[in-house]
Amino acid sequence: MSDQVTMKVWRGDTDGGGFHEFAVEAREGEVVLDVIHRIQATQANDLAVRWNCKAGKCGSCSAEINGLPRLMCMTRMSTFEPGQPITVAPMKTFPVMKDLVTDVSFNFEMAKRIPAFSPRPPDADGKRRMAQRDVERSQEFRKCIECFLCQNVCHVIRDHEENKQHFAGPRFLMRITELEMHPLDTGDRIPLAREELGIPYCNITKCCTEVCPEHIHITDNALIPLKERVVDHYFDPIVWLGRKIRRKG
Amino acid sequence: MAVGTLEAERRGTRPANLRVDWWWLQPAITFVVLLGFVVYSTWTVFTPHDFYAGPSVGRHYLSPYYSPCITNRCKGGTTWNLVSWWPFSAGILMMPFPILFRATCYYYRKAYYRSFWLSPPACAVPDAHGSYTGESRFPLILQNLHRFAFYLIIPFPIILLWEAIKGLEFGSGHWGLGLGSIILFVNAFLLGFYTLGCHAGRHICGGHLNAFSKGPVRYWVWKQMTRFNLHHMGWAWTSLVFVAWTDIYIRLVASGVIHDPRLF
Repeated sequence: MSDQVTMKVWRGDTDGGGFHEFAVEAREGEVVLDVIHRIQATQANDLAVRWNCKAGKCGSCSAEINGLPRLMCMTRMSTFEPGQPITVAPMKTFPVMKDLVTDVSFNFEMAKRIPAFSPRPPDADGKRRMAQRDVERSQEFRKCIECFLCQNVCHVIRDHEENKQHFAGPRFLMRITELEMHPLDTGDRIPLAREELGIPYCNITKCCTEVCPEHIHITDNALIPLKERVVDHYFDPIVWLGRKIRRKG
Repeated sequence: MAVGTLEAERRGTRPANLRVDWWWLQPAITFVVLLGFVVYSTWTVFTPHDFYAGPSVGRHYLSPYYSPCITNRCKGGTTWNLVSWWPFSAGILMMPFPILFRATCYYYRKAYYRSFWLSPPACAVPDAHGSYTGESRFPLILQNLHRFAFYLIIPFPIILLWEAIKGLEFGSGHWGLGLGSIILFVNAFLLGFYTLGCHAGRHICGGHLNAFSKGPVRYWVWKQMTRFNLHHMGWAWTSLVFVAWTDIYIRLVASGVIHDPRLF
């Protein structure tokens, strides 16, 4: 069984572009990426699209489908209203390179600004140990496939280009949280998170959590805990006093 | 230099909002319900009568808006009379605590930033403001004080529970259960569950640890609070609506409009 669908695909490059309409076949069980590939194979051989695993694990095929940031390979064609055109646009937050391919180097630049894991010295037997419950906590954040949909949907940089200088975005604030929560890590990245990478800019609207294809609780388990650690560090006199006493003790 | 899609928008080749679903529905509902709650709450704390269904109707129900009653103006509720000099409605004295807690709550922040401030109104829908500094400056930097609001609100569910137990007394040493008592108990538990799911509380009670294995009791508390936290939005809404409903019910009973049915 197959249907004819109308796809409105944004095409263009660094000089600009616009939506192009394609009437194309969509077969039962297919996802948006399949249909984009069919357009590429039959109607627009030079259509640029980034993809790799087609299984929702490589994070390459991020786009905006009917305005919602999603992975093309995980969006079934059967979820759309029959007869309605489907728009596919590149991620808005990042500069377009060509068609659906964007330049996501902003993310790699932000990643470089986070000091790497710095473990404490090993135990006497030369090993480092972690309890399972501590492993589980940060394991959630390790599910990230770096599709950058959370970065794309975050209005702090999506709608305010000027904030790209001092806001790392949810993915990298989550990375800071992961390192901060790590029982073996010795670094202190809280001043960095507050003063240079912009955790105070986050206003908890949870869009990053909503679009995450790995269903990571980015806001509840990473961003809010990081905000609370900032409060510990800068705004809570009780915690400050406790820290002072412990140091003297 | 690379041209971003923001530039494409400026050139008119890409609309700012491509969503075709009813993205406006959720913020619209949130706006109406929250605004309705604020209007009703303001009215009720400035209307200091019929907030206590007392002996004249054979009950001891005190509106949660006036609980705990610490003035001598509560006409028979649990009165501690700590500020007998207070000349205004007793409800005004209690309002700052829940207002502070709910206004700085991480869930409500999402709700009103989206529905009132439109920043953004929905995911992938443009922010309504030209510039944005989030919670980095005054006054929104004060949102960081949420944990202190959490400390202040902790006694309230316990006091409401106590008021619900007091409501089981039907006068002259007789005890019973009216529909109003059930409403008071449900209200106390809903507020308790909402408080237990607080993100700041979850952090203070165990989330601040880097090694859960070093603090097994705090880890246990964190796990329990996480259960409530998973449904924080649900508890926030149900407790919000129910506190208003509890007040309405008590006012109707106190003014004699309805009779509180006694179940046993």
